[in-house]
Order: sequence, then structure tokens, then C-alpha cells
Amino acid sequence: MHNPQLNAHGELTHLLSIEGLPRDVLMQILDTASSFIEVSDRDVKKVPLLRGKSVFNVFFENSTRTRTTFEIAAKRLSADVINLDVTRSSTAKGETLLDTVDNLIAMHADMFVVRHAASGAPHLIADHLRRVGRNDVHVVNAGDGRHAHPTQGLLDMYTIRHYKQDFANLVVAVVGDILHSRVARSDINALTTLGAAEVRAVGPQTLLPTAIERMGVRVYHDLREGLRDCDVVIMLRLQNERMNGALLPSAREYFRCYGLTPAMLALARPDAIVMHPGPMNRGVEIDSDVADGPQAVILPQVTFGIAVRMAVMGIVAGN
Amino acid sequence: MNRQNLHIQNARLIDPASGLDSRLDLFVGDGRIAAIGQPPAGFAADRRIDAAGLIVCPGLVDLSTRLGGIEPELGAAVSGGVTSLACPPDSKPPLDEPGLVERLVRRSETLGLARVYPIGALTHGLAGQRLAEMNGLARAGCIGFSQANQPIDTQLLLRAMQYAATFGYAVRLRPQDQFLAGDGVAHDGEVASRLGLTGVPVSAETVATATALLLASETGVRLHLSRLSSAAGVALVREAKRSGMQVTCDISIHHLHLSEIDIGYFDSNARFDPPLRAASDRDALRAAAQEGLAALCSDHTPVDADGKQLPFAEALPGATGLELLLPLTLLWAEQASLPLAEALARVTCDPAAILGIDAGSLAIGSPADVCVFDPTEPWRVSAESLRSQGKNTPYLGYEMSGRVRMTLVGGGIVFEA
Repeated sequence: MHNPQLNAHGELTHLLSIEGLPRDVLMQILDTASSFIEVSDRDVKKVPLLRGKSVFNVFFENSTRTRTTFEIAAKRLSADVINLDVTRSSTAKGETLLDTVDNLIAMHADMFVVRHAASGAPHLIADHLRRVGRNDVHVVNAGDGRHAHPTQGLLDMYTIRHYKQDFANLVVAVVGDILHSRVARSDINALTTLGAAEVRAVGPQTLLPTAIERMGVRVYHDLREGLRDCDVVIMLRLQNERMNGALLPSAREYFRCYGLTPAMLALARPDAIVMHPGPMNRGVEIDSDVADGPQAVILPQVTFGIAVRMAVMGIVAGN
Repeated sequence: MNRQNLHIQNARLIDPASGLDSRLDLFVGDGRIAAIGQPPAGFAADRRIDAAGLIVCPGLVDLSTRLGGIEPELGAAVSGGVTSLACPPDSKPPLDEPGLVERLVRRSETLGLARVYPIGALTHGLAGQRLAEMNGLARAGCIGFSQANQPIDTQLLLRAMQYAATFGYAVRLRPQDQFLAGDGVAHDGEVASRLGLTGVPVSAETVATATALLLASETGVRLHLSRLSSAAGVALVREAKRSGMQVTCDISIHHLHLSEIDIGYFDSNARFDPPLRAASDRDALRAAAQEGLAALCSDHTPVDADGKQLPFAEALPGATGLELLLPLTLLWAEQASLPLAEALARVTCDPAAILGIDAGSLAIGSPADVCVFDPTEPWRVSAESLRSQGKNTPYLGYEMSGRVRMTLVGGGIVFEA
């Protein structure tokens, strides 16, 4: 099948999903991100890679944090950044997604950073660009529905590589609401592509997607079993609307069964790291003692995220 | 309708109803099949049609066609060899008033293209609140009643079946439990999980199928289950038939060929209701069609580009199907190594029997609804080659074999290419 993310030379032209990307493309992004880390430590935090280019942050769904990190990343590459909060403008007037995109193309956008509540929306935009012959315009997925959040997946991989060097012998547990999590899907795809020894999906049946094992993970319903001898623990945010509905009886019961406490974390390897894509629900999926403890690398994730997003934008714009 | 005497020569004549498949001439007179092989006494042909290399079979009978624009879609029907079609009631407005049904019937009769058989709404406005005027609708021309894709609670369903059984009306249901289906948009399986799409579990179909079968056997209503999508769904129907129940079912031609894999990267043309399921389900549907458990239908659903150029979950479900029904049936026959007469039965005499209409056969004296096609002529599916206003199909760009060359309805030539 035609891979919509790669151009005819097999180079990354859009970043829509981790799925379907070869290992060397992922490694290229991580290596490029490494070289950008020091830019952020300089007095002048800028490189001229995207000078004269217009990056449109098109967020059909609110997310100040993700949008801000993309904005910082684009600015450090010297791009002009335009933020569009589409939730409040065009779509409210009935404009379709592709109408909005066509309008922005007419404003000479070079890159779209897209967040949308519907899975597959960035694919639709990339497909539209191909059909109208605009191979010079790039799409970076900043999170679509439950499908993918590839830059988060990549920054998670960057973080893991930073602390663990190699993926080959790692046991990684992804814990929580995997059903609704685009982060989980991107992490799982990245970890299996990069050759992690074992990827575990840990959660109650109501929060695990059907046939998740076909993505190359081992399923655990018991948190203790799932954490035993892990090198990396990735906790997922439990959205408020899931807590008191048909999927879970209560936040309290969820924390009792799946909350990461120091006692639970003690089952993992002593040098295990704890990650979280943020924002955290302290006392729901993670205990403050863990979130603020020595094994947590949650704030470094954020810092690495900027370098990774710089790398992604730099690479797609160059292809 | 022009009713000339026609002599179709040199054709390969296939009549699935009788199992006939041989090189014989067909004689049409007075709107009916006049004779096969030798002309009837005193027959004088107004026109001789040389059908060398072509196949002549009964016009196709489609169990589910959404019309949208009546004229273009009926034109699409006859260009696809479809001469009779049943319309589900979920048009806008729904077919819940005798006047609407009469107008549809009159309009289609005036056009003189394919024959239209409306299916009336089971409940008023398809809202699942109160029964529609089934008797009045039947008098206006409805040949059965259905809730289309709209939900209905089990108590009202029981009442609807009791009421329909009182008058001997058939009830058609697309079995799907609304609670289990939720807001799902794809088969609850590997692909939906991977793409982050909300799933419709197979249990949504099996629970509703089991419910419908139980209530139908309690009420004695004639039940037809539309567009089964799963292995477990057809297994329930097989079981019910084995235990002696009078129940029929159909499968959409798309579900016979495609599976969840065909969603690819969110192809909204592969969004169907019910969803395309696992490859193992597709194989079970093929087996059910092959053994004659299920008929095939086009599930023709024209959707304009605006309805499809949306993220997968927001796109409207369905595909254009009238012009693909024959080629996809031929493709299935070839892939499954089925005799053509056997495969064509699923789109001619079988659905005619389900609808209880005099169609789908070349028996002498039956209405001369005939399809003449070239089984090998290739054509490419494109917005230009499709006559339907719906250009929405996962087969866009594909090459098909099997091109209709002539269609007769009641002995009149309604399509010729």
C-alpha cells in the first residue's frame, strides 16, 4: 500500500503516524533531535533552518501545551508561526476541514501542524494536498482522535534512549486508558519498530482496545504483574469523562487498582524510569510521591519534546 | 413502453431459476418471454439482436437501493442490468405515508426504467415510537416493512411483527443492537484498534439477530434479515433455517469482497453500515452466499463528495452499488469457481423469491425483464463511467469485467450500449 507519509524517495514528507515508518526514519529524527538539544541551551536559541517559512498551527481541538511546544520549536527554527484556534472560528461557521485547509494554502502555508478530535483528519489533509498537487506543503500530526500523537511518541523514545541508551533489552509497560489514548498507540508502534524486547499493555479490559495484542504487545490486567521487572513505565492520563461512567466505577477504585504508587513502582527494576505525557491527574493514575520522585522523568520529556518537534519540522520541510 | 417482438440470437442463455445454461435463442413478445430455442408459431420479429459472445440472463433484482435522485438512479440501475429494485424506507422523508409511496410508484412507472418496489417504514418516521399505517402503505404499493438502519425497542418490535403477521406482511430488519453499536464506525477489531476508530462489535449484530429470530418465531411473521456482516450472524440464520424456521437474509456485494483491511489509511469510501468486518467474516459470508443461505444486494447508497471528504468517523456510510452488482457477482463467481447460473441466482431468482415478485426468471410467460451483458469486456470504475449520481465507491480506479449491453424491462429496451 502507498505510504502517505513518505515521498517517492522514501523520505518523510508528512508525519502522520509512527505506524508504517521504517526504523531508520525514526532514528534519523532522534539523532537530529540530539543535535538540536544544545540550541536550546544557547544565548541565541535559534537556527535558520525554516527562515521564511510559514508554519500554521491549526488546532481543531484545544491544547495550549502541545501548541506552545510546537510554536517554540518552529520559532527556534526561525519560521513564522501562525496559531489558529479553529474551534472558535471557521468550523463554528460551518466551514469544512478541507475548506479551511484550502484557505490556508491560499495564504501560502508551508506546513500545517494539526490537532483534530477525529482519528485520521491529518491523513485526510495530506491526501487532499496530494490530490491538489501541493507536495511542497507538509503536515505534522499534533494528535488526532484516538489514533496517533507521533511527536509525543518520538519524544518518549528520545527520553527512553536518553536514559536507557538502547531499546534492545528493554521491558516497557504502558499503563492505563489505552483505548482512548493516541499517545499509547504511537508509543507502542515506536517501541515495536525500534525493537524493544517486550511492550506491555496494562489496564482493565474496558480500557484496552480489541485485539491490542496484534499491535505486538503483551496484555496484563494486573498492575503488579505488568510492572514486574520493567525498565520503563509509561503512565497514561485518565480523562475525567472516563472516571465515573460505564468504563470505570470511580477514580478512587481506579487508583486502588491501577494507580502508580511507590509500593507498586518498587516491583519494577530499581533503575526504572517513569514517564507521563501530561497533564497528570495526581492521585488518579499516579501518586505525587512517584510523580515528584527520583525515577520520574516527566519534566525532561517536555524539554526533549521541543528538540524532537524541531527535528520533525526540519526534516519534513527539507524533503 | 415499446413492445416490439424481439429475437435475441446466438446468445448464451442463463436462467438461474431453472438452472438453464446453454446456447439458445430467446423470443420476446407482448412484454413477456415468448419462447426459448424455437420461435412460437407465427412469431415475426420486429428486431433481431445478435448476441454472439454475450450472456442473456434475467434482469437483476436488487434487495436494497437507496434512490436519492429517482431518474438518474433508475438510469444507473438499468445500465447495470438491474430491472427490479426494493427501496428501503429511509428516504427523505421516510416512506411512512401512503401518499409518498404512491408518488414514488407513479414516478417510477412514468419513467419506465427499472421496476420500483417500496419497503414501507415499520414505525412512523422510522422513529421507533409508534407503528406506521402498514395496511395503508401496503395498499399504496409497499411489499414489506422495515426499520432501515434506525433503532427500535424490543417491545415495539414484537408489536410490529405481530401486526405485520396479522396481514401477512414481510418484515425486513438490518439487525444491529443500538447500545452495543454505540457510536461505532468500524468493525471492532484489529484495524479499528490500530487506527483509533470506535468499534462496532460483532455482538451488535448477533444479539439483534437472535432477538429478531426469537420474536419472529413467536409471532410467525415472515422475516428477512438485511445485510448481515459477520460469520456469527449468518451462523445464527443457518441454525434457524435448519430448525425449520422460514427466514431469509442477504449480504451486500461489498461485504462479499471487502474487509476491514480495505479501510487502509482512513478511506471513507470503505465506511459502511454495518461496517466491513474481519477477513474471516468475509469468508463466512462468501460461504453463506455460495450455499444459497443468503442472497446478494447492492446496498446502493449514493453519497456526494461532501459527505465523503471528511474524517472517517464523520463521513457518511455507504457506497454506490447498482452498476457494480453484476461485475462484482461475476468476480465472485470467478474467484469461487462457481457456475455462473449459481452465482447469478443470488441476484435474480433468489431476491425475487424473497420479495415475492414475478421477476428474476426467463420462464416462458414471465415478464421480459432481461439483461444482456458481455462477461469479459473490461471497464474502469470512475466518476465518468458511473451513471449514478453517487461516485462513492472503494472500487474507484479498479478495472471490472462484465459490461451490460442491453436491458429490457417488460419487453421494452430501456438501456442499450
